[in-house]
Formats: sequence, C-alpha cells, structure tokens
Amino acid sequence: MSLDKATVSHIAKLARIKLADDRQDVLADELNSILGWVEQLSAVDTGDTPPLANVTGHDLPEREDVVNDGDIAARVLANAPDPIDAFFAVPKVIE
Amino acid sequence: MDKLTDLSLTAARRHLAAGDFTAVELTEAHLAAIQETAGLNAYITVTADAALAMAAAADQREAAGNAPAMNGLPIGVKDLFCTNGVATTAASHILDGFVPTYESTVSQQLWDHGAVMLGKTNLDEFAMGSSNLSSYYGAVENPWRRTDKPEEKLVPGGSSGGSAAAVAAGSAMASIGTDTGGSVRQPAALNGVVGLKPTYGRCSRWGIIAFASSLDQAGPITQTVADAALMLGCMAGHDAKDSTSAAQPVPDFSAALSGDIRGLKIGIPTEYRVAGLSAEVEKLWNTGIDWLTSAGAEVVDISLPLTSYALPTYYIIAPAEASSNLARYDGVRYGLRVDGDSLEEMYENTRAAGFGDEVQRRILVGTYVLSAGYYDAYYRKAQRVRQLIRNDFIDAFKGVDAILTPTTPSAAFGIDSPPLDPVEMYLLDIFTVTLNLAGLPGISVPAGLSQHGLPLGLQVIGRPWDEATVLRVGEVLETAAGFSHRAGQRAGGKR
Repeated sequence: MSLDKATVSHIAKLARIKLADDRQDVLADELNSILGWVEQLSAVDTGDTPPLANVTGHDLPEREDVVNDGDIAARVLANAPDPIDAFFAVPKVIE
Repeated sequence: MDKLTDLSLTAARRHLAAGDFTAVELTEAHLAAIQETAGLNAYITVTADAALAMAAAADQREAAGNAPAMNGLPIGVKDLFCTNGVATTAASHILDGFVPTYESTVSQQLWDHGAVMLGKTNLDEFAMGSSNLSSYYGAVENPWRRTDKPEEKLVPGGSSGGSAAAVAAGSAMASIGTDTGGSVRQPAALNGVVGLKPTYGRCSRWGIIAFASSLDQAGPITQTVADAALMLGCMAGHDAKDSTSAAQPVPDFSAALSGDIRGLKIGIPTEYRVAGLSAEVEKLWNTGIDWLTSAGAEVVDISLPLTSYALPTYYIIAPAEASSNLARYDGVRYGLRVDGDSLEEMYENTRAAGFGDEVQRRILVGTYVLSAGYYDAYYRKAQRVRQLIRNDFIDAFKGVDAILTPTTPSAAFGIDSPPLDPVEMYLLDIFTVTLNLAGLPGISVPAGLSQHGLPLGLQVIGRPWDEATVLRVGEVLETAAGFSHRAGQRAGGKR
C-alpha cells in the first residue's frame, strides 16, 4: 500500500499540523518508507493472541472519587499564552 | 583522592560523611566543569544558584548528622522531568517559556534523598531519537573522539544524550534519563557510562513529559554499577499519582551487589547475532560471555524468535501513543502560540512551528495507524505481536536468570554523518527496544573500546522486578572489564 499526498494532507489535518505543499511530498515518501517497513508485521501469525496494552501485571486502580485539591487557578494559568481573568483565551469560535 | 569531578557517588558520599570536603565544594567543582565543557551543549539550563543553595542545605544536614542516602551529590536532570520553578523544554520549541508549578515524583524523591540539581540536560525533542540531533536547542557532542579522526565530533546517542554526555564529561556525578526504546541504555553505552532501565512501573512517571506512556520509564545514568544501585533505590517506589506505578517493595539494591554469580544461568539469544552487528561488538559480546563463565555462571543459548519484529512493533505503538500524548500541545494552556484567523488555524500554525521534523513524522505515523480503517491492521496487530514478544521472554526466563546482549550494534557516529534514512536511524535501538515492549529491566555497562577508541556497552536483561540480579551481573561485568578509560573532552582533561 502507498500513501499519496492527499492522504498525508488528510492525516495532517487530523493531527492539526499545517504542512506546506512541498513538505507533503517529502513526508509522503518518508511515511511510505516507514509504513512499508512496519508492514512486515503482517507476516507474524498472531492467531488469537490478545493485544497487550498493559505490561504492569496489575489492574490499574481507580482513586477515590473525591475532590483532593483546588483553588489553584493561578498555578493552572501560570503558563497560559493568553490568559484573561481566570480563563484561557483563544480566537473567537462563535460568530 | 581523585579529583572531585572524577569521584563516583558512593565514594563522594564516604568523603562527605568523613568531612573531607563539603557539598558546596563538590557542587562548585561540577559547576566549573559545566562551564569548561559548555561546548558539548549537554545542558539546556544550568541552575547554579539553586544548586549551591541545595548543597548548602545538604552541608547543614551532614553537620546535624541526618544525611540521607544521596546527601550533597550533584546530578543532572533530563529536561523531560518537570521541575518546579525551573524551565522545562522537552528540547522542543513548542514548550517555549514553560515553567512547571510542580515537581516530578522521581526528581522530588532524589531531592528528598539529599541530591543537588545542577541543571536540565539536553535530549532529542520529546525524547524521540537515538542521536540527540533532533533537539531544538542543538546537537549534543559526545565527549569521546575517534582515535583515527580526532577532529570529528560524534553524537552522544539519544534520547538522553545530554544526561549521558554530562556524566562522561565529568559535568555531573550522575544524571537521570528516561528510556522508551533504549534512551538511557543506548547513550550510556556510546558515552562509556552505566545506564539502567528499571522494570516498567518501578519508578513513577508522574511529572515526566509523556512520549509513549506504556513504554516510558525513568532510569539513572552513572559512572559505576554501585552508583546505579544507590540511585535506583532513591528513585523507585509506588506513587498513587501514577496508576501504572507498582505497589512492589523496593529492595536494598546496593546489598544485591555481592559479586557472586556462581550457578546463575545466563541466556544468550541467538537472534541477536543480526546483520549490522559489527565484528568488534560481536567479539566484545563473546568476551562478556567468557567473563561471566569465569565468574561461575552457566551460559545457555536461548531463542527469542520474534526479535526482528520488535522495532517495527515499537514504531507503530510508540508513535500511536505519542500522537495521542502530544495532542495537548495546542497553544492554549502553555508554551508557544502562533496566531491564526480561527481556533483551528491557531492550533495548526502552533503545532507546525512548534514541533520539529522527527516529532511531526511520528505524530503523523501515529495518527495514521490509529485512524479509522487502519487501527486493526496496524495498532491492534502491533499490540498482539507485543504480547508474543513478551511471551518469548517469559518462556526464556523459565530457563535462565538473566540475559546478556550487546547494547548497541555499533559505536557512536559523526554529528555530520548521521544515517539519512529514518528507518536506518531506528535500527540503533535494535537490542534495547525489546525490553520496553516486554516491560523488563536492563542495564548497559561499559565493557570495552572499539578499534577507533570509542566505548561499547554490554546489556544485562532481567526478569520483571529483578533489578537486583541485573545489577549484580552488571557489576561482575564491570569488574571483569576494568573499564577505566575516560573521554578525551572530559573536564580537566584525560585522567
């Protein structure tokens, strides 16, 4: 299988990365090289082997459903590029 | 006594306890070494004032007779660990200006054990790389040079390249790194120092900027195996803030260093004799087998049949997890923002300007393998192969106590002559990546020099939670190798 420029453009849109036109060609080649290489996994007979997502050997615990911090708005906003009052500001979404 | 910048952690602790010098003097010596070796670019941020204040506090604890295990020992911190009030970059443009308001659990535990932070060390952007060439803050230079081309600058490996180069250069007594596919062990090997990746879940990931969450694990980079044991004991332990951190008891790793490996069974995986393994690395591996045999271990040939599929598996799973983890960098809550006419365009402009080429490549691969129609064919398939790779190790460990392999297929390459093809670059992690997929602990120990005078490492792999055996075998290798070479670009010159 092979990725074309339109597919690269679509993935970049999904990933929210603006790609210049000439970068799309370069990336199509690079991604095809990587995907062609990982394609070799299709030769492995995985039968009914379950997918492995957790190597810890324990089930992930849930914490108590309680409020255990708060009143830290200033810390939360400390790194915001454009804070307004106690909010993160972004370009206008609704006209 | 050795120069202050040539001491191991354990030796320095003895001297500090005996009052031979102060923690402030030890820290000043390392800050001077950082200045002297600044050309290596191992540090992104140096925290000299804070280091001296931490050292002074350590001297007070020493005087009061309540010095914890790492009291007064100055170390470097990979700039992927969030540090309260100290800029944290992940070596990425997209985190411009980011100053965490909290401290990672692992670094906090080190400060609680008395260690002193010298600064934040350079890395591949978001820990994605094997050469440190992808840092927004520039390449790191390996303090070693080839004997046949002494003018050529070499890479330190990656992604914890600055952490390893600093220890090799004498500008940190030790450092912490993170290892997702080999990022502690591979640079340790290429810099002639020790690098340990603990069992997945041994150290908390809380406060470490995430790359691939099911693979990431923090580990120490040190001058000796005993130092690695000391540091791991301070870093490890359960943390309620990381649900994957394990409620396992933390043994006394230093006590495990008995030097006695008689009767231990050491596996040698046939499949690791791959194409691309240089003749001198294979020779060193055979020498390592002889060392362990001479020390009374029994060497057993084992098979890990899925080995050749480990890297392709990793290069599906790691980018997939990265594409999800890095979705948070969008110009809204921290770091860089590049304006656009709409919210969407602001996201796209910010991420285009903020992420470097390799990070963009991996986000795009990850997005693709997780996208509708490809999820089962790529991501789900890779997770199944991952299970089979883990099963290979579980089977192998029924018959052996540890496994010996080389750490890397070859020595460090030139900064100006890296592999051009991304896939060729990925192959540098061929011997290390399997452990991350299986969640196993492993150590790289400097074992010899290449024909051109560059360090090479051997790797010991252990059962889950059995860092003790990994360290014990690692120390036997260290003793047998007697590796006393020092990098030519080390602070204060070659010993």
